[in-house]
Amino acid sequence: MNGNDAYISIRNVSKFFGTFQAIDDVSLDIAGGEFFSLLGASGSGKTTLLSMLAGFEPATSGDIFIDGQSMDLVPPNHRPVNTVFQNYAIFPHLNVRDNIAYGLRKAGLTRAKRYDMVDEMLDLIKLPGYGTRKAHQLSGGQRQRIALARALILRPKVLLLDEPLGALDKQLREQMQLELRALQRKVGITFVFVTHDQEEALTMSDRIAVMQGGRVLQVDTPAGLYESPNSRAVASFIGNMNFFPGKLRRNGTAGAVVETEGLGSLQLPDAPGGQPDGARVQVALRPEKFDLSATKPDDRPSVQGHLANAAYLGERSHFYIAIDGREEPVAVSAQNRLRFGPPPGSDGKLWLSWSADAVVVLDAE
Amino acid sequence: MSAPTFLRRPNRVLSVYAILFLAALYFPILLIPLFSFNTSIYVRFPLEGFTTEWFGQLWDRQPMWDSLWASFKVGVPVSILSTTLGVLAARSIARDRVPGRSAVVTFIMLPLVIPTLIFGVALLALLSRLGVPLSLYTVAFGHLIVCLPFAVATLLPRFEGFDRSLEQASADLGEDGWWTFWRVTFPLVMPGIVASLLLTFTISFDEFIMAFFLSGNETTLPIYLWTQLRFPQEFPSVLALGSLIILFSLPLILIGMWISRLGLHEDTTKEAKT
Repeated sequence: MNGNDAYISIRNVSKFFGTFQAIDDVSLDIAGGEFFSLLGASGSGKTTLLSMLAGFEPATSGDIFIDGQSMDLVPPNHRPVNTVFQNYAIFPHLNVRDNIAYGLRKAGLTRAKRYDMVDEMLDLIKLPGYGTRKAHQLSGGQRQRIALARALILRPKVLLLDEPLGALDKQLREQMQLELRALQRKVGITFVFVTHDQEEALTMSDRIAVMQGGRVLQVDTPAGLYESPNSRAVASFIGNMNFFPGKLRRNGTAGAVVETEGLGSLQLPDAPGGQPDGARVQVALRPEKFDLSATKPDDRPSVQGHLANAAYLGERSHFYIAIDGREEPVAVSAQNRLRFGPPPGSDGKLWLSWSADAVVVLDAE
Repeated sequence: MSAPTFLRRPNRVLSVYAILFLAALYFPILLIPLFSFNTSIYVRFPLEGFTTEWFGQLWDRQPMWDSLWASFKVGVPVSILSTTLGVLAARSIARDRVPGRSAVVTFIMLPLVIPTLIFGVALLALLSRLGVPLSLYTVAFGHLIVCLPFAVATLLPRFEGFDRSLEQASADLGEDGWWTFWRVTFPLVMPGIVASLLLTFTISFDEFIMAFFLSGNETTLPIYLWTQLRFPQEFPSVLALGSLIILFSLPLILIGMWISRLGLHEDTTKEAKT
């Protein structure tokens, strides 16, 4: 063990397919009982990393420890992990009960005991009485639950889930997100969840690793990733973000100021670490951190602009505000609190303001 | 309602052509059972009378039974062996990252287009060069070459049709390679295996050219049939035997083809999209 409470420990793992590097020196620690997500676009290496945890792909270099044991030479059938596959991989020639009981062969249980365990699982996944259904009689959501039950019945230490909600329609997916999270709390098993859907990752996870090009860009809680991204790639992958190039000025004990293109000089509440005086940086601000008003607010920083474009989305609207010193308009998201309110700025000029503590400072690219 | 376009309109000319085509294919075969019940020993119209005498004659003919038994002795092992080899070949073609995969498939399928005559002559030359005496073993070896492409062609869609993640799921749930094959792979390719057994048996049972070149003292049924053609008085019982072969091998082929498609589309299309 590596001296911390990591349950799964991925140590400097790299993976090559021929000359293509799918995983580039990844190290991750996942705590026991954690709901951990690997988030990334397709080709980011998240599924490859999951296959390596399951044992289907050997690592080219590095090692994976589960519960302190090296998994290097352990084949999939001897690992303390079970997987819910992307397409669920329900055995088409077996009924629901035999699918769920598949992994119990070696447990040496009586048939009655096995069936009891299956019935218990069917209750847990809210499909009681489905034992004798044929695999092809199941809907996508039901297949997903049965794949889950088939894995959980073996009481694995770790459950690996490969985009298990990807094939479901939006409503069912949102319902399953909540159910899956509740189930994970109930059984207390470590979940490693692969997804490309940032909203899904934010909703369900304790922590998320954002992956790109085979590397982990940032590991943090959902709020940590969203509010304090450590790079432009993370910031733009999760949610929307406005970026303002600027230059950092340090004033000793008085903190720091960023001179931005568009937003003027921003006083930073606490000086960010790392960048020296005069460094080129970029300031990132989420669209919903801005407020629009007809008059200049006196308690917060603001700039004047005019409405370039607007999109009505129901519960909120997106406004694109053109400001001086910046080509691209600033994206602003505002809740539509008034039913028939005129959109701000429809009369010409408006003020764009933000709270000082919402400002994120990133290295310039 | 829109006017019928040429896409929807039934095409009469094509229908007539299809009927003529099928008739030309199968009409001659239908004559065999017809004349096998005719009292005359000559194949000509008008039919003279109905008799089952020719079938009765067959019953008493020991060489016929010997050759039938020889055909089984060749056909059963050939079908089992070619299906086993077909399973191994199809599995590795469908699963493993075989370099030059399409070239391998082409080579396996090549005996389908190379005339059996050429194979027969080549094998005969080779065997006599090596001093291997001709026997039912050499016939079986020839049949293996003829049957293998059919076995692979029947089995390959089975192995390609099922999702690799099913075998991974089995491993993930704790089963090793042997149990995974037994509990997942085998049941899923089972229809293909049955179809391949039926198909290859029928092919071996009906095969003439290889058997003609490669058999020793014992001959298979098609060779026996052919030797009987020399005697006009034997001709009706040849027809009777032909009728019986049609009666048994046609259902075998049809069942084999039906089983080979069983569940193939169902399993793959019902699978959730990936």
